[in-house]
Amino acid sequence: MGAQVRGRRWRVVVLGLAAVYFVVPLLSSLEFSLRKPGGGYGVANYLAIATDPVLLEALTVSLEIAVITAVLVLVLVVPTAVWVRLRLPSVAGLLETATILPIVVPPVVMAAGIAFVQANLNTPLFNALFSSPISALTPFYVVLAVPFAYRAVDNGLAAVPLRTLVEAARNLGAGLPTALLRVVLPAIRSAVLGSAFLTLALVLGEVVIARILLYTNTFPVAVVVVGQSQAGVSVALTLASLVLTWLLLLLVSFAGGRRRVS
Amino acid sequence: MTNLLEAPAAPLEKVRAPRSWRALLGLVPFALYLLVFLGGPLYFVISGALSDPSGQPTLENLVATVTQPQYLAAFWSSLEISLVTAVIGAVFGAFLAQAVLTSRPTSPLRRVVSTASGVLAYFGGVPLAFAFIAALGQTGLATIALRGAGIDLYAAGFRIDSLTGLGLTYVYFQIPLMVILIGPALEGLQPQWREAAENLGASAWAYWRHVALPVLAPALAGATLVLFGNAFAAYATALALTSGTIPLVPTAIASALSGNVLANQQNVGLALGFDMVIVIGVVMVAYLALQRRASRWAPK
Repeated sequence: MGAQVRGRRWRVVVLGLAAVYFVVPLLSSLEFSLRKPGGGYGVANYLAIATDPVLLEALTVSLEIAVITAVLVLVLVVPTAVWVRLRLPSVAGLLETATILPIVVPPVVMAAGIAFVQANLNTPLFNALFSSPISALTPFYVVLAVPFAYRAVDNGLAAVPLRTLVEAARNLGAGLPTALLRVVLPAIRSAVLGSAFLTLALVLGEVVIARILLYTNTFPVAVVVVGQSQAGVSVALTLASLVLTWLLLLLVSFAGGRRRVS
Repeated sequence: MTNLLEAPAAPLEKVRAPRSWRALLGLVPFALYLLVFLGGPLYFVISGALSDPSGQPTLENLVATVTQPQYLAAFWSSLEISLVTAVIGAVFGAFLAQAVLTSRPTSPLRRVVSTASGVLAYFGGVPLAFAFIAALGQTGLATIALRGAGIDLYAAGFRIDSLTGLGLTYVYFQIPLMVILIGPALEGLQPQWREAAENLGASAWAYWRHVALPVLAPALAGATLVLFGNAFAAYATALALTSGTIPLVPTAIASALSGNVLANQQNVGLALGFDMVIVIGVVMVAYLALQRRASRWAPK
């Protein structure tokens, strides 16, 4: 009994400390973003996005990048993760290590390599690639998004009877692509949605590569630039994108959980 | 539950050799993609680091990065902030993960922490910098509240755009990453081990000291290494928080690349990138070795 009470006590301390450390900066952001220049509070900073054509265009570009990136990531990750679980369980550890790589490879180093190509290799292929932020940034954002997408999808696969599902589908005459698309994908939809939203978060937050390659008309770079003259607006926009992503993820998590319980 | 639904692990793989080359073919698209879009940039960084602006091979760029004082200073502060925030993040992250894991699997706390971890760990960067300026900047909410309580941070020499302020911000994304990385290892601790220890008369402390921690040690060390690499690689936060006033390796690379100073600066920037790749390479090799030890206790 005594041990149990002590056990609860350290949990309360840890969770309390974490709550203070994690909530205070977010609350401060909220307070700061609501400040009005003359004093008092208002939501003007949150409405700035609607009236600022530069920010609005940047947001459109980044959302396009986010959607294409999310689709490419899933096309790459879902079949690979399924394949590893079904046919190559022996390389699962190796692949998990490979997905750590993009976490630790510095974006600034990737950007340096890409900038070198951008500056020095003038072939039609590269020129076409670098002509728009969408074609230039998307392939590399896919690399950055792979680690957490792989983790999320693999966790999703671990929670469903994958082998049974695939074998049942194939016994009923489905090819592997059909089985993937119509049986496996719906079964892991919360993991898929989760990685799509994290990809969205990544694209709305990645500033290093876009800035070094001088694609200033993407959302994160535009927000940092706006921050130099209107700090309130950039705090409001970053806070809104952070909280919106988190709420979307939370929603997916609760929806997924409820389905499993019933 | 899911175990009952799962068909018995098919003998299929044992009949067809699991490492058959046809099965490996399935990995080709994934591996090829990473090779081109991750390996490609790294290739140009390395080749550019080893040549002069005209393309002739040289070691001068690399020598410059390890002899010139401004680059050495950048390396020391990068290593310092990565090491300190990795250790702090690992310790608090492990405690937080354990606190969350001992709650009910369906509790809202778990969902809140696990979803928030994902967002903060991967998305950190710019929003965190702004959040910390709003909290602990000169006119920040926390600064003002602490001043009201008699603690004047800025009189004590604290600045949000200092190495300490940056470190405090890094911890904000290091802890969530630790929660994500260490969760599976904590869940892998078998309840039977604790029961066996308790039956033998061990206290909770003795169980952790002699059973759980030795089992977890490789996983904890591996996750700490990833945290180190994560902080070492991070640049977005520093960019938004300090606009380049703290000498860090990524800052040095970015300013060398924008290269309006000297002609061969771009190659020195690439050489700094090459140095970073070497540091990360060492970290990854150590991580792999630890990973091998950690999997020894993985439940099958």
